[in-house]
Amino acid sequence: MIRSLVGGAAMALTLPVLASAEDEAVTTFSLENGMDVVVVEDHRAPVVQHMVWYRAGSADEPVGSSGVAHYLEHLLFKATDTLESGELSATVAANGGQDNAFTSYDYTAYYQRVAADRLDLMMRMEADRMRNIRLTERDIETERDVILEERNQRTENNPRALFGEQLRAAQYLNHRYGVPIIGWRHEMEELDMDDALSFYQTYYAPNNAILVVTGDVDPEEVRALAEEHYGAIPANPDLPERLRSQEPPQTAARRLTYKDPRVAQPYVQRSYLAPERNPGDQKTAAALYLLSELLGGGTTSYLNETLQFDQKKAVYAGASYGGVSLDDTSFNLFVVPSEGVSLQQAEDAMDQAVADFIAAGVNQADLDRIKMQLRAAQVYARDNVDGIGNRYGRALASGLTVQDVQDWPDVLQAVTGEEIIAAAREVLQPETSVTGWLMRDEEVTQ
Amino acid sequence: MRAFLTTCLFLFLALPVWAEVEIKEVTSPKGIKAWLVEDHSIPFTALEFRFRGGTSLDAPDKRGAVYLMTGLIEEGAGDLDARAYARELEALAASFDYDASDDTVSISARFLSENRDEVADLLRTTLHQPRFESDAVERVRAQVLSGLRSDAKNPNDIAGRAFSQMAYGDHPYGADGKGTLDSVSALTRDDIVAAYEGVFARDRLYVGAVGDITAEELGVLLDKLLADFPETGAPIPGKADVTIDGGVSVVEFDTPQSVALFGQKGIDRHDPDFFAAYILNQIMGGGSLESRLMREVREERGLTYGVYSYLVPKDLASVYMGSVASGNDRIAEAITVVRDQWADIAENGVTQKELDDAKTYLTGAYPLRFDGNSRIASILAGMQMDDLPIDYIATRNDKVNAVTLEDVNRVAGELLDPEGLHFTVVGKPVGLDG
Repeated sequence: MIRSLVGGAAMALTLPVLASAEDEAVTTFSLENGMDVVVVEDHRAPVVQHMVWYRAGSADEPVGSSGVAHYLEHLLFKATDTLESGELSATVAANGGQDNAFTSYDYTAYYQRVAADRLDLMMRMEADRMRNIRLTERDIETERDVILEERNQRTENNPRALFGEQLRAAQYLNHRYGVPIIGWRHEMEELDMDDALSFYQTYYAPNNAILVVTGDVDPEEVRALAEEHYGAIPANPDLPERLRSQEPPQTAARRLTYKDPRVAQPYVQRSYLAPERNPGDQKTAAALYLLSELLGGGTTSYLNETLQFDQKKAVYAGASYGGVSLDDTSFNLFVVPSEGVSLQQAEDAMDQAVADFIAAGVNQADLDRIKMQLRAAQVYARDNVDGIGNRYGRALASGLTVQDVQDWPDVLQAVTGEEIIAAAREVLQPETSVTGWLMRDEEVTQ
Repeated sequence: MRAFLTTCLFLFLALPVWAEVEIKEVTSPKGIKAWLVEDHSIPFTALEFRFRGGTSLDAPDKRGAVYLMTGLIEEGAGDLDARAYARELEALAASFDYDASDDTVSISARFLSENRDEVADLLRTTLHQPRFESDAVERVRAQVLSGLRSDAKNPNDIAGRAFSQMAYGDHPYGADGKGTLDSVSALTRDDIVAAYEGVFARDRLYVGAVGDITAEELGVLLDKLLADFPETGAPIPGKADVTIDGGVSVVEFDTPQSVALFGQKGIDRHDPDFFAAYILNQIMGGGSLESRLMREVREERGLTYGVYSYLVPKDLASVYMGSVASGNDRIAEAITVVRDQWADIAENGVTQKELDDAKTYLTGAYPLRFDGNSRIASILAGMQMDDLPIDYIATRNDKVNAVTLEDVNRVAGELLDPEGLHFTVVGKPVGLDG
């Protein structure tokens, strides 16, 4: 067992403030069958969050079965050998708890929040559905209708979502990150019992799972319960290695326009293929994260200063970078043009601003402010241990280690302005970009 | 597994009611009342200030003034323009969030203990010396207008506006608190200043505070931030007449999935039957997969991803609302199923098991709400606005448990009005006349 005090090292830096910040009480260990366990203690309220993360998401799906990871997530609320359809959620509710699940590119996770003394029951049921679901053809049909309505709600009814889907598809030529998590509609319509069970039997096993327990718990008691419920499940010896087809080097800029009469506010979005946080090697990712904050993190960011305040060409601008990803991620910029400013003008202004930012170098005061906020975020984070647990679950399911998670705050604090500019030069290159315009149907391209 | 679960339920019922949130009422030297939960385990504090009135204070020809003003509060104050102000706030690693709803303008602040005094100085300047400069006004106005244009093409927003207009007519509740493209375009700096002066007053203020701060420190802080606000603000409008007739109205909008908002007259927060209605709603469509609506519309028929119902007890009117979204060719069936459930429960009531399950859920889930300083500060302010006693948290579950099957089913018969339930549908629904 490694009992680590996250954040202790960050506090040793000679930066102002937060020397008194206490530490996250994190305990990690593994079961003999390979299941990883993370426990984060918070004894302020008699509540626990119990989560199981599978290292299997939409990017692990077989070709032609897009959406099956998410579909299976829905189906895990149906019957098992010992639970009737819906009984797991009903039992959680009858114990005053709340439960749900979510699917992403690299993982699928299930969780319950409940009074701390119900942890044994939660584990019993979660362990049960790791191996023992029993689906009927009716489940398959009805739930397929539900996920199609979910796609309607999230995507088909929302031009911004449809645009984002096209952008990702253009960004990833060869990697499954280009396929939407919820699936392409025509493939979702064909998902069947075999698709769901095949994914389940391949990936739902303790050696492919991470247990994350946060709240009013004792790590030793969690270990005993985990050994009893999850430890009894044999590892899947045939668990495949996580090998996905990777992106080739991008050598040509890609562009697309998406037109939809439902668009009220046109905007430009740009994405660049970018490296993710890698185990033991998070420096570039940290620089990219800080770059995203400096360029488009808020009111004081460079793009907003320039485009919103100085030039008045944008209603908003922003940048984002998600470093927690098993394979290549993306760095994103967007600009919502002011009335009377065309998308081309907005895009040109954005490109000029980024070039100026790189030429000028990082303003140290801006960087210091962001680092101060990151240190404060560690204090605020302790008010939400479930959030801390989620951070571990997501990282571990995306190829990172406990050590990486714990090192991350220090890696961020150590990044210099020069490293940020170097990362910007490396990633923000025209030939590795995808540029999208979201437009009204009738809008004329100026 | 089954037998085991039964044992568990018994155990649960034997647990004491969880009531560890210890609230103190604090009165500052200058007479400002606040509820405080002191918790020194993490070195920060969350504050929640609420001012009753909200966007309903807008005059008929000034719709959107309170909303725009709220968006401008942090766009420069005292000697600081918007950009300098934002930098200052970031350097302190504090956050101030401002929000305007029908009934309330709220300010949620979060700050570290180590620079609390500097944060207090900045927040005081923000609240008392907002600049409302023309540059900032035009910039934020453009953001609000952009939002309004987006809302005009969002089926959920279209449905919300159409329903409110129908239900509340000329009352401020009948109009969008953000205003309209025309009204927001016409607002002047004077209108914004008037909105500021109308909103922030001590006679309508409620304060919740949680975290690393003592009662004495809080009193000093509150005086600094709030004591100089005037005693009274703009008059709060009278109650709204709710007019909802049964039937369906359709707003044509070319999109694959129809969104339906439904509603009928509701029940006041202070009605003696409120708890019975609250439990009834939990059973009807309170959000879990076990609710009647979710079971019948989603689990049995796969007609939707989500169907919900919710009581909306506002200060000036109460309605009982719900929502469902289905493909254009399936929304008619979804609406029929919802109306049938409304009629079924009105006539036949709910079962003892449904009631018991709802009670164990509601009483067990209650403590889960108190998860974090900001959440708790918000609950404390909300409790005061609802005129609840300071020991409410300890007694709330008893009130839930005291509701009998007879109560719920009597209230179901009185409250649920399947004939009066109106559906506002946005989309291209097949087989619906409206």
